[in-house]
Amino acid sequence: MSGNSSLYKYTWRLPLLIWQAAFFVVPLIFLVVMSFWLVKNYRMQPDFVLKNWDKMFSRGYFWDAYWLTLGRAALASVIVSLIAFPASFALAFKVSDTTRRWAIFFLIIPFFTSYLVRVYAWQVILAEQGVINALFGTMGIGPVTMLNSGFGAMIGYLTLTLPLVVILQTFSLAAVDRNLIEAAWNLGCGRARTILSVIVPSAKIGLILGAVFCFILSFGDFVAPYYLGGSKPPTLSILIIDTTKSGQQWPRAAVVAICMIATLFTVAFAAIALAYGKPRK
Amino acid sequence: MRAALLLYVGAVFVFVFAPIVASVVFSFNSDRFPSIPLGSFTLNWYETAFADDSPIWEAFRNSLIVSVCAATLSTLIGFATAYTDYRYGFRFKAGYIALALLPPTVPLIILALAMLAWLSQLGLSGTLTGIVVAHTVLGAPFAMAVTRLRLSQMDPSLEAAAWNLGASEWGAMRHVVLPFCLPAIISAFCLTAAVSFDEFAVAWFVSGLNKTVPVAILEILQGNVDPQINAIGTVVFLTSMALVTVAQLLLMAKGRKA
Repeated sequence: MSGNSSLYKYTWRLPLLIWQAAFFVVPLIFLVVMSFWLVKNYRMQPDFVLKNWDKMFSRGYFWDAYWLTLGRAALASVIVSLIAFPASFALAFKVSDTTRRWAIFFLIIPFFTSYLVRVYAWQVILAEQGVINALFGTMGIGPVTMLNSGFGAMIGYLTLTLPLVVILQTFSLAAVDRNLIEAAWNLGCGRARTILSVIVPSAKIGLILGAVFCFILSFGDFVAPYYLGGSKPPTLSILIIDTTKSGQQWPRAAVVAICMIATLFTVAFAAIALAYGKPRK
Repeated sequence: MRAALLLYVGAVFVFVFAPIVASVVFSFNSDRFPSIPLGSFTLNWYETAFADDSPIWEAFRNSLIVSVCAATLSTLIGFATAYTDYRYGFRFKAGYIALALLPPTVPLIILALAMLAWLSQLGLSGTLTGIVVAHTVLGAPFAMAVTRLRLSQMDPSLEAAAWNLGASEWGAMRHVVLPFCLPAIISAFCLTAAVSFDEFAVAWFVSGLNKTVPVAILEILQGNVDPQINAIGTVVFLTSMALVTVAQLLLMAKGRKA
């Protein structure tokens, strides 16, 4: 077509390229560049030194934070996936299409609704003098300390990721071929065996995707570990905040951020390989 | 078995909505440390949080400006991208789509640091413009996904028919594609406004003195337990829930299939 047409074409194609290049790709590249710069008199100076990398990698607290964050995120993806599964199973197989659609409608809402205030509400509910301990008190238990612990952080991760994981699992379970399930029944598979050897493998991609999103979100979250997990020992996200906000050590925070991205990439690729890999006989 | 499973689904929903309900209930409750039994009814926390000289008004004003601007830009970019994906095939298209959808998978704290550093280089750190720029990066993928969903319901021959009848490409866009996508465009606007209105990590790093509502909440949180947060939170919940509900209803409504 004419030159007019290519004006039309690029009017739609270029905005995204320009915007995400300038404000998404370049900032992430700059993050890497910055990790080789030095801070002098509270200002970053262009440089090319490995000092920041050396400093972070030689500190025990960086590695403590790294393993803590990795461990918690891995634990969260297992726990959240397990908690979500029966609910997703019910929504996929035990309710009508209309009910399922509305259930998903209501699960999408909290995903876009102030996570910060929800975590604050948990802080109040789980406190020593909070609602849960009042209930425990009437049963003669407690008070139980739930805040400022791994348990508190896990409640936060659940709050952040459970709706999303249920949605992803439900979609993949609902897409499982019903004939396959019926065939398993007819061939004499029990309920547990049908779920484990027919339904779970068929819905593998969605189940893994749910776990991966849970991992990514929990790995990067700072609100749950800070306000429910007690902030000490710090996770990588808290380390980034502390390093950035006090002392203006942006280059060192960048080192932490790059390690996080590298870890997430590795996990995501491993998961994709697992999800789309050939099933073992 | 079915009953037990449904009960379980109920429990999951209780867990998901408990903090939202609790926050609303606590906002009207007189106790500083709410527990069971509840204290008496009060509007005290609202009066304190929304007093005439309260800094929260400034935060709401900033949030309103930022979300409207970010939602407008996100929706424009998202629509353009969705239309490109719908209409054209080209080299490196997979990479193009990846670029369009990737930003929400990067942890916000990392994006926050990268944005802070880069926007400082550009002299935009500490300005509302800086937050708008960052929130557009985050919002555009959602707008793109929503619009793309609607476009996939449009018969590709519809646009071609308009050209055959003598409409220019711009004319067909204006009289065929845009009207068809209108519900999705409004939906995308609401959704991205909600994304921006609730985003706190990037806003916290980039905002400087120009705080948005979530940043103000974050700063109150760093002090002691303060039930004002429940009052502000209730308003925030209502706003974002309304936006997300409208966004979803617009998408669900069975539009005229073309």
